[in-house]
Amino acid sequence: MASKRSLRRKKLNKYKDSLKFAFYCCTHPIDGYWDLTHEKRGTMAVANTILFATVLMRILSLKYTSFIFIDINWEETNILLYIGTIVFPLALWVVGNWALTTLADGKGKLGQVYMATCYGMLPYPIVQLFLMIFSNGVTVDEAGFYTTVGTITLVYCAILIIVAMGQIHEYRAGKNLLFTLFSIFAVLVEVFILLLFFSMISQGIAYIVSLVKEMLFRI
Amino acid sequence: MKKKFTKVIALILCTMLLAAVPFGVSAHADSSYTYNYDYWGEFTDSPDAYAVGAVITAADLGIETNFSKPQSIAEFYGVVYVCDTGNNRIVLLERVSETKFKVIKEVTEITGTEINTFNGPTDVAVSEDGNIFVADKGNKRILKLDSNWNYLMQFDKPDDASLADNSENFDFAPSKIVVDTAERVYCVGDNVNKGLIKYENDGTFSGFVGATPVTYNFWDWFWKHFASQEQIEKMANFVPTQYDNLYMDSEGFIYVCTSKPTEEDIKSEASTVVRKLNLLGNDILVRNGSYAIYGDLYMGTGGKKTGPSRFCDITTLYNDIYICLDRNRGRLFGYDDQGHLVFAFGGTGNMDGYFNSAVSIDHIGKDLLVLDENDGAITLFVTTEYGNLIYDAVDQFDLGEYDKAEASWRKVMELNGNYDLAYIGIGRSLLRQKKYEEAMEYFKLKHDAENYSKAFKQYRKQWVEDHIVVIVVVILILFLVPMGIGRLKRVKHEIDTADIFQL
Repeated sequence: MASKRSLRRKKLNKYKDSLKFAFYCCTHPIDGYWDLTHEKRGTMAVANTILFATVLMRILSLKYTSFIFIDINWEETNILLYIGTIVFPLALWVVGNWALTTLADGKGKLGQVYMATCYGMLPYPIVQLFLMIFSNGVTVDEAGFYTTVGTITLVYCAILIIVAMGQIHEYRAGKNLLFTLFSIFAVLVEVFILLLFFSMISQGIAYIVSLVKEMLFRI
Repeated sequence: MKKKFTKVIALILCTMLLAAVPFGVSAHADSSYTYNYDYWGEFTDSPDAYAVGAVITAADLGIETNFSKPQSIAEFYGVVYVCDTGNNRIVLLERVSETKFKVIKEVTEITGTEINTFNGPTDVAVSEDGNIFVADKGNKRILKLDSNWNYLMQFDKPDDASLADNSENFDFAPSKIVVDTAERVYCVGDNVNKGLIKYENDGTFSGFVGATPVTYNFWDWFWKHFASQEQIEKMANFVPTQYDNLYMDSEGFIYVCTSKPTEEDIKSEASTVVRKLNLLGNDILVRNGSYAIYGDLYMGTGGKKTGPSRFCDITTLYNDIYICLDRNRGRLFGYDDQGHLVFAFGGTGNMDGYFNSAVSIDHIGKDLLVLDENDGAITLFVTTEYGNLIYDAVDQFDLGEYDKAEASWRKVMELNGNYDLAYIGIGRSLLRQKKYEEAMEYFKLKHDAENYSKAFKQYRKQWVEDHIVVIVVVILILFLVPMGIGRLKRVKHEIDTADIFQL
């Protein structure tokens, strides 16, 4: 009984520790992302938390950002699509990056690629939260600040993710950049394959539907 | 048993198919006569701003010959001039009652010159001094006549090298004219794409005004090097658009419109289908609306009509609301001085209020006159209660009676809850009355970020002034408390580590 409780406390402590570590990674990316996998200081739970926070902020900002900046037609809005704009590219990136780097001496596993990418996304939800509150206190004339900070955050997240990839795969800077480009290309290939797949499937279904219809006409 | 089974399968399949068919395919089958577009560009029904007062043909006026291909209708100082182009005459009308017109005169001849008849007159303008100007297109001249139709002088083909270049296939054909207070003449000529032809009052040609800038980008230039002759001809035009019609408002600004919008015009926010030219020929039209000024947003193929709205005439009311006439679908589009669509109505057909081939528009006060070329009929539109309320609200706002304007806009909103302009109108009136918080609410409802910001800026200023004490206290607490805690900790640390207490 006691051991169970201490185990849970240990897990909680580990979670808190790795969450704090996520913030450390934002300011010390090279050192931080090395320790993330090599010192096992990152946890999946925190990676999932960051992903959840990112998706949550994306949706919340649709509703609570001042309409000066984000003005959407709720009648034509599909929240699932907005969730997809984060989750879908993330999945493609993780799979694409892992598939390529395993072929080229990358030390990172699929789970670790996912974890490191999520850790790299941390600035986005934090800055978005502040921007969301800030946006309700500005006018059109002061809009430049909002857009500039938003763009800088995205660029910073991209840099963090690229650095993280280099550290977990134990790549040098040049090779890392090269494989970043390759990974982006891999994402495009994946999109192409998925499109092909879905159009094939839909045609297959259409075929079966028409076949059944034809049969029904004749019965 | 087997039959039952197939029935069940059929039922399941039917429901599946039904679920797959998107609903609402035949949405807004019958839409209202007058309409508008909301912020999202959605078609919204609207009460009528104008109703047909009368449809007037030559027979109604007691003229023997029907109008034949009349090209222009224009009102000056209480007299309506109809250019009956096909019959080479100009008919002068006078409004005798709300819906009745009476013929003053039919002019077919002038005195004082050799060619004393018109040959396809296409437009009339009257100067402040009462001199009448006629675009006598077939005779390639613009006539200046006194009020008794005596010849004074004429304006001929401009003496310009750029027009002489291709003189063999260039025929001077003045089609639409306006005259300013100094009797300078501005003319739209067929096949002239350099802008408006401007004459001084002594008849000398003084240049072109308000040519549209040629639009072409890098890729056009790039592809032109590889394209064949046919392809180049199909490409976006490298030639400036030519104007179709013009109107001079009471302040001397010239509104021009073209019936041949380019692809850029339809795509871009700053469509130049309608332009407002100042004395220098620069476009000063305000385009603050939610969408560009080119008429219909959707170019359906109903009634065998395709393509964009084709503005063939324009008229500007006393309150800077200008109304464009779309000859393609026979519709009228009214825009306010900010570029918002105030109303749109009309259509093609044979009922009253619909047109076969509308060519010209002018106004008497708030009422509109539209000339139909093929029907040879004049349609008089009079304002409805709804239209009057809108104009009242605009006028009251312009006069600075903001509380009255607000009340009028609220009445408009009662009649048409889908009308964005009513909300923005209420907001603007509230803003001027310094009710910022309420104004913000109305602007937010209709997504008017510019005006919202104006109101919010004032609201924020007021809020900060009202709460300055609280703000200062909060900031002080935010800074002082951590500093105080830090100092306390340091003192405590010093005490803890002090030598005297180390026993």
